[in-house]
Amino acid sequence: MTDSLTIALSKGRILDETLPLLAAAGIEPLDNPRISRKLIFATNQSHIRLVIIRAADVPTFVEFGAADLGVSGKDVLMEHDGDLFELLDLGIARCRLMVAEPAEMAANDNPANWSRLRIATKYVHITRRFFATKGVQTEIIKLYGSMELAPLVGLADRIVDLVDTGNTLKANNLVEVEHIADISSWLVGNTASMKLKHELMQSTVAAIAAVLDEK
Amino acid sequence: MSSSNPSLIKGDRWSLPVGVEETLPAEAKRIEGLRRKVLDLLASWGYDLVMPPLMEYLDSLLTGAGHGLEIETFKLTDQMSGRMMGVRADMTPQVARIDAHYLHNDGANRLCYLGPVLRTRPDCLGCSRVPLQLGAELFGVKSYRADIEIVELLVETLHNIGLENLHVDLGHMGIFQALAAVEDLDTATQDQIVEVISRRARDDVAQLCQSLGLSIEASELFVLMTVSSGEVDSLPRVVEKFSAASEEVKAAVKNLSRIASRLKQHMPATRLYYDLAELKGKSYHNGLVFSVYAQGSGRAIAKGGRYDDIGIDFGRARAATGFSLDLRAVSGLIKQSDRDVTSSNMTICVPDDDDPVLFDMVRQLRLDGNRVIYCYDKEGADKDCDNAANLVRKDGNWIVQ
Repeated sequence: MTDSLTIALSKGRILDETLPLLAAAGIEPLDNPRISRKLIFATNQSHIRLVIIRAADVPTFVEFGAADLGVSGKDVLMEHDGDLFELLDLGIARCRLMVAEPAEMAANDNPANWSRLRIATKYVHITRRFFATKGVQTEIIKLYGSMELAPLVGLADRIVDLVDTGNTLKANNLVEVEHIADISSWLVGNTASMKLKHELMQSTVAAIAAVLDEK
Repeated sequence: MSSSNPSLIKGDRWSLPVGVEETLPAEAKRIEGLRRKVLDLLASWGYDLVMPPLMEYLDSLLTGAGHGLEIETFKLTDQMSGRMMGVRADMTPQVARIDAHYLHNDGANRLCYLGPVLRTRPDCLGCSRVPLQLGAELFGVKSYRADIEIVELLVETLHNIGLENLHVDLGHMGIFQALAAVEDLDTATQDQIVEVISRRARDDVAQLCQSLGLSIEASELFVLMTVSSGEVDSLPRVVEKFSAASEEVKAAVKNLSRIASRLKQHMPATRLYYDLAELKGKSYHNGLVFSVYAQGSGRAIAKGGRYDDIGIDFGRARAATGFSLDLRAVSGLIKQSDRDVTSSNMTICVPDDDDPVLFDMVRQLRLDGNRVIYCYDKEGADKDCDNAANLVRKDGNWIVQ
């Protein structure tokens, strides 16, 4: 049985920071995925190929087995909450998932007294779980972007979003009030591939782990 | 009138709930063929068929089975008694009750079952909510030999169905449970640790153990479990790595190693692996656990394990081990070329004729095992009549032509 391996990546920061990792582990695409409009890329290793998909789709591809391995942000994994293996913390694309609110609100606000909150976020699942474990009831408004606008126009009183430098929050007069999770990109694997292609999966993961250890 | 509204007729009148499917003739025939073959095989190993009820009182349905099964179970109110009932989501606890409550012998009981179960939510992405559950359970044998018998029976069953190149994955719940007992962890904490170990998130395991304030020894063993997987040949080396653990932990690892080496001898052609992080079984498992993987499926196709003492809630603590699988899902994995599509029986088409001689002849042909269908000319020919034999009258006699 000749095993082949499909690795799912997403364009943008994850791709930019993962390609050097893969290259150091001996896996290099033959075309440049940053420029090409192709979706499937052969690599210098004939049995390994890359697929480039939307970030939010990576866990779905991997869970279903359409890709054996994938690189996905912890935020996307937490929101997906599926059945897959999180094999390595790649330590790239670091940021944090936070609850934020307008600065003037924060001045007189105590998270311990929160009761019913209206929160704008694209992380509906994570937000619901986070506040449920705190025993706080929430009304969640799903948005696809520009979360920071929601409190300013009265759509919501708080937001749950990724914060990197914090500049966007500052520019919109918002402050961080609760820390939900530290986020970075993880190497994830399909559960069945991890069994059926054990040697190939293990050796690939080990090669990437070795690169991380050297860093 | 809504019934004549074409948009409704074309619309979703035909639609079924998510995860619910209809089985059309070709598929149904194949599954039924497999069903017969598999039940014959199980009978030849001494497993007697039982038929637990489709629904029953929730209390007994969920006894000893844990929270996971409760979420999976559809509930309804019994209009006869006012009590809450559930539709079975898993037949294993039902069969365990049959063993504990109705069958009174203290020795081994071998039981098997096959039927649809209902799940509130699909088990996995794109999975059915009405799996056709096939299972076999061996009660009353504490020895590891029972585990070996069950794994061998499962592999034999899958071969019988037509699946080759199987990958069998072995784990042991006793390792985690003994570790948790040493550290005196409550259920919620155990669930947290199981969750991160199941994700194989080694870094998270270490971090969680630290934040829970576990001893360094325990943290190291939990991390070791997370990363310990491979071919069973390397299991003896894993046993050594657990040398610092408590006697109970070591006993569980050794038990796994012994079962694995015996299975290796018996089934040299099957790929045998171990994975100590495999803890996501049913919450009632407490010994060897196993799952089988096959090419073409992104998830395990069959699972099982030991679940001693589940019957205690029904009055008798009994040793128990068994497996189950979704026969419909498994039959979908069989290669198209290997499928039994042609019928062994001949199809004979009969004209629409009132001759009593013909009537008797049709009856006899059917008794002989032929597939005999009438062709009602005016209603349009049956599609099966195109390539079939015909019953025709020649010189006053009916003959097959």
